[in-house]
Amino acid sequence: MATNPEPDVPANHDENRRTFLKQSSLLTALALVPGQVVDAAAAKFDERIADAFEKVPLSLKVNGVKQKLSVEPRATLLDLLREQLHLTGTKKGCDYGQCGACTVHVNGQRVNSCLSFAVMHDGQEITTIEGLAKGDDLHPMQEAFVKHDGFQCGYCTPGQIMSAVACVREGHAGSEGEIREYMSGNICRCGAYANIVAAIQDVKQGGQKV
Amino acid sequence: MSRVDGRLKVTGAATYSAEYKLPGLAYAVLVGSTIAKGRITGLDTKAAAGAPGVLAVVTHLNSPKVPGFDTVGKDPSQPATVGGPLKIFHDDKIRFNDQPIALVVADTLERARYAAGLVKAQYAQEQHQTNLEANKPRAFLPTSAQKNPKSPMADYQRGQADAYRSGAIKLENEYVIPTEVHHPMELQAITAHWEAPDRLTIYDKTQGTLATRRDFAKEWNLPEANVKVIATFVGGAFGNALHSWPHESAAIIAAKVVNRPVQLMLTREQMFTMVGYRPHTWQKLGMSATADGKITAITHESIGQTSTYEEFTESTLAQTRMMYQSPNLTTRYRLAALDIGSPIWMRGPGEATGAFALESAMDEMAYLLKLDPMEFRLRNYTDQDPENGKPWSTKFLKECYQAGAERVGWSKRKLEPGALRDGDWLVGYGMGVGTFGAHRGGAHASAQLLPGGTVLLQCATTDIGPGTGTAMTQIAADTLGLPPQNIRFELGHSDYPQAGTQGGSSTVNSVGPAVQEACLALKDKLRQLAATGNAAFAAAKKEDVVLADGYLTLSTNAAARVPYADLLKQVGGTAVVVEAKPGSEGQAYSMYSFSVHFAEVRVHVLTGEVRVSKLVSCADAGTIINQKTAANQMKGGAVGGIGMALMEHAIIDDRYGRYVTKDFADYHVPVHADAPAVEVFFVNQPDYHVNALGTKGIGEIATIGVAPAIANAVFNATGKRVRELPITPDKLV
Repeated sequence: MATNPEPDVPANHDENRRTFLKQSSLLTALALVPGQVVDAAAAKFDERIADAFEKVPLSLKVNGVKQKLSVEPRATLLDLLREQLHLTGTKKGCDYGQCGACTVHVNGQRVNSCLSFAVMHDGQEITTIEGLAKGDDLHPMQEAFVKHDGFQCGYCTPGQIMSAVACVREGHAGSEGEIREYMSGNICRCGAYANIVAAIQDVKQGGQKV
Repeated sequence: MSRVDGRLKVTGAATYSAEYKLPGLAYAVLVGSTIAKGRITGLDTKAAAGAPGVLAVVTHLNSPKVPGFDTVGKDPSQPATVGGPLKIFHDDKIRFNDQPIALVVADTLERARYAAGLVKAQYAQEQHQTNLEANKPRAFLPTSAQKNPKSPMADYQRGQADAYRSGAIKLENEYVIPTEVHHPMELQAITAHWEAPDRLTIYDKTQGTLATRRDFAKEWNLPEANVKVIATFVGGAFGNALHSWPHESAAIIAAKVVNRPVQLMLTREQMFTMVGYRPHTWQKLGMSATADGKITAITHESIGQTSTYEEFTESTLAQTRMMYQSPNLTTRYRLAALDIGSPIWMRGPGEATGAFALESAMDEMAYLLKLDPMEFRLRNYTDQDPENGKPWSTKFLKECYQAGAERVGWSKRKLEPGALRDGDWLVGYGMGVGTFGAHRGGAHASAQLLPGGTVLLQCATTDIGPGTGTAMTQIAADTLGLPPQNIRFELGHSDYPQAGTQGGSSTVNSVGPAVQEACLALKDKLRQLAATGNAAFAAAKKEDVVLADGYLTLSTNAAARVPYADLLKQVGGTAVVVEAKPGSEGQAYSMYSFSVHFAEVRVHVLTGEVRVSKLVSCADAGTIINQKTAANQMKGGAVGGIGMALMEHAIIDDRYGRYVTKDFADYHVPVHADAPAVEVFFVNQPDYHVNALGTKGIGEIATIGVAPAIANAVFNATGKRVRELPITPDKLV
């Protein structure tokens, strides 16, 4: 079809595994409560049992909170954050790692969350835009974005800010030119670039801890 | 003043349309056709329907009837429109490649996406046409112009037709802009929820909550009051959300089928194919002038691309008709219908396309005459609108020329190209002019005094990024004499008082006066309430009313004080709804915003790489309500112009009629490294013919004229004239 979202996984492979899981889960279930399951199988009850086998356990620390999760291996970190943890501050702009709207920090490093599977981050610390402020006190980078009007529609903003914080921490905010180069993975279609650069310079020059 | 919604935007708390986690939310993924024209002969949805978690697979074979699809265009009381939006899942016809043919709904996004890959289709393919050049001979006059010779799309003539051909000094050139795609960072997204069988709520990416409400109420044959459209935050649009698109209809159908709220977010690839674009346009411009630099004639023709099912038109030739004093002028606008999705206005619609041809030609003629391009423009400056003979409401374009020339260092510019060099870089300067109508539509706003002393204003307008909420808060604060933190302006909801669609640089022009009027009406209402127990208020005028620290008082009599609480007790809350409408001044004046952009570019002598090293954008946009957000909007428009000039190009492989550019790796938009610090200058002179605030609009003129300024600077740097955008290095080496 138009798009095969998972080109590396042949469809039949998945189906075969699913068939196996269905059969084994059904057999197990049949041994336990035969009458009910025979009825339920028609109502896709087997799918729900198979579902449990398809998920893998995952422990994450997200914005300082420990999360014990069960996720499908194919779920991206971005979709996990947005759709399961309801942390929608992290944005989807392309799903291909080309726009930076989904930038989060993983163990302090900036990462395009759309390009990594959630299960790859077991035991790691994730910081999203929701975890940047300390209570009511905005992070200096957030303050600077407001002050310099480093956005318009606001959609790329969380990614820009997460990237900007990392840019300063990495030591890549030494000059206007360097900031532009190291922020070029974060697209702002509204074109607020000059203001974003000004915000980053302000934070860098202010010497506040980021 | 900083944006009122800044905190929400920097903390991730601003909620966009795919971020409403309603109970029972299901996820939808669209499947697109793989041919550009033909019929679907077979659809195998069995595997998809049986895949885990799948709730429904909707296709034209099983879609519930959308009542409006059958009645649209059949209402005898309404004249038939020229085509109409694609009716999704309505028949087996394929009109463009990646046209949605199925929608898979599942309980999780991963499951919906997987199952969408299992849908298989067979087609009876027909020969498609996706090449504009090949279809130029089939171009036609838009139906609107065929029916109405006074339509702005009709052929226009003043003086003699095509008089440039007999001019002594003349030029004639063709200009092409490719298809460009809006690509707001937020993908098109909708959350559709049938709250009852006849009550629909959608959280939608739209520039007009009321236009969207009207469209879907019509599709489902519902009273408009039964449809709610919520667009509190819109992650950019640039015109892309001025139209109701097939995916929106699809999500609404799906929500009906599964009887659960459905979230549908397009992929970046789908943003190329089904939600509009700036159309690929061919133009020819002929111009003649006298040796002393007076334009004697211009002929400007264009052929723009549209779809086979909808006649999309835009004002490509408008700027040519009114910008320069040319006694003979001819314009001809044509369309070519191709098997591609419908275009939609993209920032600086039409004018940005037309200005590329006009402002390039102005530079070319100036060079032919050995005149400075600014001097040439000044010699053809218009003090009244040459299209209709009316005076301008205001025009401070000369002031913009001067300010821009000083700021960019125009005096360094050499008449002969290639004369300035900095190491391996050739340096050049260019200018381009932009204009757009200062449009104003009717709008309503409500104002309400809350017990805590906050004034709540509401309006159905949207804010796609310019900072509408902030500007309106300032207008209200100024009118009421309250600090901005005591104002709450709510927007983006179809239940709020009427406003037009956010497009055509018209929001502040239209909604601003409504807010102003609502605030004045609130003052008067409060004065009347106060007057019942206080004679001083009975004698006072509404202008004298002062709201301060929980009291209503009078600027003329500080001793007259009535606590808000007393006023509110009388009415149990105060709401005033007023309407502001354009006056009749529009009849007497031509009303436009104007801009001029100056570019300094550097072109690498070996690689042909173009870097915009400096951009100065100057605007006569009337009163500037908020310097910070307005300047940001100007800078953003300039960045958009850099994309138009140097990189944006959606390419179709005509063999398949499908875009080969399908993401940001193929379709380049400006990134941080491409964007210089843009210097912005506003004349900031009010135009009270437009409205009592004196605003004229910024959004479009921020982009219109930028691309030719860059193209002209590239010529000045290299001597190479590129008439087909984008100016990529291969065209310069």
